[in-house]
Amino acid sequence: MSVDTRRHRRTRIGARLVVLAAGAAVLITPFLYMISTSFKPNSLVFEWPPKFIPHPATVANYVQAWGANDFARYFGNSVLVACASTFATTLLAALAAYAFARFRFPGRSVLFWVLMLGLMVPGVVILIPQYLVATSLHLNNSLPGLVVFYVGAGVALNTFLLRGFFASVAPELDEAMEVDGAGSMRRFVALYLPLSRPALATSAVFAFLAAWDEYSWALTSINDPAKYTLPIAIAQFQGQHATSWGLVFAASVIAMIPVLVVYALAQRHIVTGLQAGALKS
Amino acid sequence: MTTQVTAVPRRERAGEPPPPTATRGAGRGRAAARRTLTAYALLLPAFVVFVIVMLVPIVKAAQVSLYQWSPFPGGESTWVGAANYTRALHDDQFRLGVVNALVYMLITVPGQILLGLAVALLLESRLPARTVFRVLFYLPVVTSWVVVSLLFRYLFVTDGGLVNWVLMDVLHVVGHPVGWLDSRWSAIGAMSALGIWKGVGWAAIILLAGLTGVPVEHHEAAAVDGAGYLRRVWHVTLPALRGQLVFVTVLLVIGGFQVFIQSLLMTNGGPAGQTEMPLTYLYKQAFKFLDFGYGSALAMVMTVLVLVLSIGQTILANRRAA
Repeated sequence: MSVDTRRHRRTRIGARLVVLAAGAAVLITPFLYMISTSFKPNSLVFEWPPKFIPHPATVANYVQAWGANDFARYFGNSVLVACASTFATTLLAALAAYAFARFRFPGRSVLFWVLMLGLMVPGVVILIPQYLVATSLHLNNSLPGLVVFYVGAGVALNTFLLRGFFASVAPELDEAMEVDGAGSMRRFVALYLPLSRPALATSAVFAFLAAWDEYSWALTSINDPAKYTLPIAIAQFQGQHATSWGLVFAASVIAMIPVLVVYALAQRHIVTGLQAGALKS
Repeated sequence: MTTQVTAVPRRERAGEPPPPTATRGAGRGRAAARRTLTAYALLLPAFVVFVIVMLVPIVKAAQVSLYQWSPFPGGESTWVGAANYTRALHDDQFRLGVVNALVYMLITVPGQILLGLAVALLLESRLPARTVFRVLFYLPVVTSWVVVSLLFRYLFVTDGGLVNWVLMDVLHVVGHPVGWLDSRWSAIGAMSALGIWKGVGWAAIILLAGLTGVPVEHHEAAAVDGAGYLRRVWHVTLPALRGQLVFVTVLLVIGGFQVFIQSLLMTNGGPAGQTEMPLTYLYKQAFKFLDFGYGSALAMVMTVLVLVLSIGQTILANRRAA
């Protein structure tokens, strides 16, 4: 009987694998086709029947995307904005999370709930007033201005994530350090930050992905082409070269590489973050 | 343990006291005051940015919606009271957009939940290559909306698009190319396909986290009673996943109703505004026609609709639980 159940179980696992593989294939096909098209000359992007292995294959789209069209500049803009936003969001959120997790002060819950309000407000619906505020503060059409807005939009979620981790640091460690005469900031740097490295990584990954992929606000705020970030540049690309799909997808593939690298390095942190209640990006 | 649900912001309890600190005896008052100051100093940078970027705009949205707002800095804005709201209520294009978004939501929310649940159940327990699958299913989730919207526009092209090729030459279900993006419902169908494709992995991961909390003994007991697999999923797994299902549904409904980039980049509202969504429409009112007041009124209406949807769902879910 045990042989029988084992065989039964093995067939069941086999069936599950087949179904999952079929699902994964459907999910991955669009990406594969995109990569394939990025290596096709323009005359073949609507070839019938469609081919997944381009023939003849060409890297002309990559050369053109990177060389012409200022694409290297947009890539640089995105790197700057995403890295600065990631650093600032994580730092500011960590400081605030430390206060919420380990200090008792008047207005503590009110302030926390005000911050959580930011998680519930739908993003695009406050674009108009955000644009007006940014205009009066001269934060429109500037890359540092983008950073300020990405930090403001992300700080609530990351404070929420980090607060949970800081609160789980054993209070005895904290007290022991305090008895030894360590001040609040010293405990923050020497105790909380090192112990919360996985949480900080999760926070950083989410902040990076959010800033790297952000489109709506950048579209609204930036109108000088020299300050485009990648999502704007790619969308504009498609508008300007309506049929140059090879070019558009070469640009898209280049833009996806940092995301894939971050994803590959931090896959576990992303999953942990989501399971800890991080919102959909 | 029911850890996952308590991690949802809405249910978060902000008020649990922090552990006692070593402030005792003389100088206690001064130490407490210093700690309070330190706390405020720690909060200050985050709150300055948060107030500028989120809080002021939230308040400002309501104000702007009551004006014929001048789009130019220093220009004169005229108070118009509820006029923008009256106009919104009689705006057929906005109403069409709301219907479109509701249809998009009604397709994508069940689609993502059912497929996500299926993936979660398939990935449950020991399985070779589990991580590989998890990574693959999650890949569309981390890809930018801009890239995948353009990609799906390309896949759904009428002549030479991959989708039409599969339907015609592989599955032989249609005889001639379908003009997916040329008419209202087929275009919304294409957008919905994108929405489901991009979100299944997210739903699956959240639900998978909940599955680890389902006691194996319950399953075994039901199996001994002769319950088949589907019956056990219905009677044992789904009730245990309640928290996650509510969380996923609420967020997907809110997100689905706010469909934006897909419509902007796949059809740009065309043909003739037939696939316009509430957010693309209000965006154009503000930044194409520079009617900030009207755009803000539409945004307020959307905010109220989103709040009603999410509060309504939460009440519904809680009542069913009781």
